Amino acid sequence: MGKVLKYSFYDLVRSRWSYIYLSFYLALGFVLLFLNNDLSKGVITLMNIIIVLVPLIGTIFGTMYYYNSKEFTELLLAQPIKRSHIFLGQYFGVAGSLSMSLVLGLGIPFMMYGLLRSNAVFDFTLLLVVGIFLTLIFTALAFNIAINNDNKIKGFGYAVLLWLFMAVIYDGIFLLSLILFEEYPLDTFSMVATALNPIDLSRTLILLKLDISALLGYTGAVFKRFFGTQFGFWMSMLVLLLWTILPLLRLRYTADRKDF
Amino acid sequence: MVRVSSILACLLFLFFGEAIAETVTICPSCPIKSIKEGISTAQAYDTVLVKKGTYYEHDIVVDKPLTLKGENYPIIDGQKKGEIIKITSDHVTIDGLFVINVGVSYTTDFAAIRVIKSEHFTIQNVVLEKLFFGIYLEKSSHGKVYHNKIIGDAKDEYNSGNGIQLWYSHYVEVSHNHVQGTRDGIYLEFSDNITITKNTSTKNLRYGLHFMFSDNDVYTENVFEGNGAGVAVMFSRNIDMFNNTFKKNWGPSAYGLLLKEINDAKIRNNTFTENTVAISIEGSNRITYKDNDFIKNGWAIRVIGACYTNSFTGNNFMHNSFDVSYNSKLNDNEFRSNYWSNYSGYDLDKDGIGDVPYRPVKLFSYIANRTPETIILLRSLFMDIIDFSEKVSPVFTPDNLKDAQPLMKKRL
Repeated sequence: MGKVLKYSFYDLVRSRWSYIYLSFYLALGFVLLFLNNDLSKGVITLMNIIIVLVPLIGTIFGTMYYYNSKEFTELLLAQPIKRSHIFLGQYFGVAGSLSMSLVLGLGIPFMMYGLLRSNAVFDFTLLLVVGIFLTLIFTALAFNIAINNDNKIKGFGYAVLLWLFMAVIYDGIFLLSLILFEEYPLDTFSMVATALNPIDLSRTLILLKLDISALLGYTGAVFKRFFGTQFGFWMSMLVLLLWTILPLLRLRYTADRKDF
Repeated sequence: MVRVSSILACLLFLFFGEAIAETVTICPSCPIKSIKEGISTAQAYDTVLVKKGTYYEHDIVVDKPLTLKGENYPIIDGQKKGEIIKITSDHVTIDGLFVINVGVSYTTDFAAIRVIKSEHFTIQNVVLEKLFFGIYLEKSSHGKVYHNKIIGDAKDEYNSGNGIQLWYSHYVEVSHNHVQGTRDGIYLEFSDNITITKNTSTKNLRYGLHFMFSDNDVYTENVFEGNGAGVAVMFSRNIDMFNNTFKKNWGPSAYGLLLKEINDAKIRNNTFTENTVAISIEGSNRITYKDNDFIKNGWAIRVIGACYTNSFTGNNFMHNSFDVSYNSKLNDNEFRSNYWSNYSGYDLDKDGIGDVPYRPVKLFSYIANRTPETIILLRSLFMDIIDFSEKVSPVFTPDNLKDAQPLMKKRL
């Protein structure tokens, strides 16, 4: 697995897209901090972007990479290498290079503007952790979609649809059900619904850490009582971890059985 | 002739009687050692001078026109036994005392200084600590509460009192006081024509300043910071609120200014910074909001219901999460010539007024008002999308709720 990972990773690191992705984050970080020297405000703005963009790039990039390296994969399959090693190696190559672009692209500008001396360091770390998790989750989901669809167009379509569902439609359904059932106590429901969607969960985790959480009022207080505690925090980390592991297990399962 | 001279003598006596007002000095080593004794020996219009020292006394009744003056802040310790100073006469001045340890009771409102049915009183330069109620004016008018410092250590609302309380008191001037750590910093009930200026009210459990059933009052140039809620004005008419600062009243249920059943008020030149809700309005009519600054609040203005004929002009709304939140489709309030930092229109004719109207109510704030749980979707992409579509073509929010002449540059 190590070898495949290494080749995929180096291949990606040298690719144009990684540079574009990295330079986008660099530019974003620098412009943001140049316009507004406040690091904690920067974290809020970044959150808005990361929550939407990281899953999108993860899904698109994941499917794209899978389809583009299909011939290479088929070549590898002819070699005496375990199938799971090939696919997991490629997966970690993609997810790793994307995460690296994210961490470097945002880390460098924030470091240069004195992150370590500010009190936003914890929030920022959380933001990066959440960003890495989102990359891992959505790349894994993208690989799953790609491996099940040999038709590129279909695969892309499903991938974009998945992103759209998680980032937008899910919240729409969530909102509608909150309004429809407003007569009922909704605390537990909204908490569970939030935890089930990695994007919502990430957003809530970061929001609750920031000052802005006071805006959430009573609902925020209920959320804070759960997510604000050690237990809640590790619980949400566990959910994110599950979101990463389950698609990977499925990927391995499908890869082992797929007829290429 | 005899009668004339006797009247003259009487007049002379009255004149000199007042002019040669004597000073009764009290100190731990003087012949008169207690304040109570000092007051009973003093004649009307005398000065009772309390020298530095600690006096363990409570229920001191000032029943004649006196000046009770402290030198170098003598300490009057009530030992938590009850009320400390009670004023029952007109023309009393209390000056420069350090009063501590007021008794706490669940049945009686013990105060450090209570004024009962008296007029023309002055309470100044007094420091109050470890108190239940601070200065309590009861049916007392035409007085002055000036430059006092009240520092409480209230923890719970149910067993703490108010810093300065006015009850059925009119024409009182409350100025330059500092109140912190009490339940309500300054509390007015059934008190009309009160002037409240240049006070600082911070870290109070409930409200920095609280009006109940009080009309024609003015408060200007006060600072309300970090209270449960900055100022609550309830069931009152004709209140003028000018040049005050409301800041950092931040928390899940905190307000800068809470208006409930208020009519005909004027709110001008105030600054609201970093409050969860800068102004929360309920059932308030004919109020003018002019030239206020709303900076970095969660909600700048939250209208809960039944508010008619209010006008918002010349205000700066800058970097608030929500500018205006509204829970009905009906709008009878006017928004005109305000500056909105979220405004994205243009000004082709360069007259400083945006050519496209600004709609301050976001759909999300409307929804969050209806179903508070939905606030958890704050800053999600879905909300941004529907906010945008609502902005383009309003369906849910009142169609006429808009600023037709938004300013391009903020009012300085």
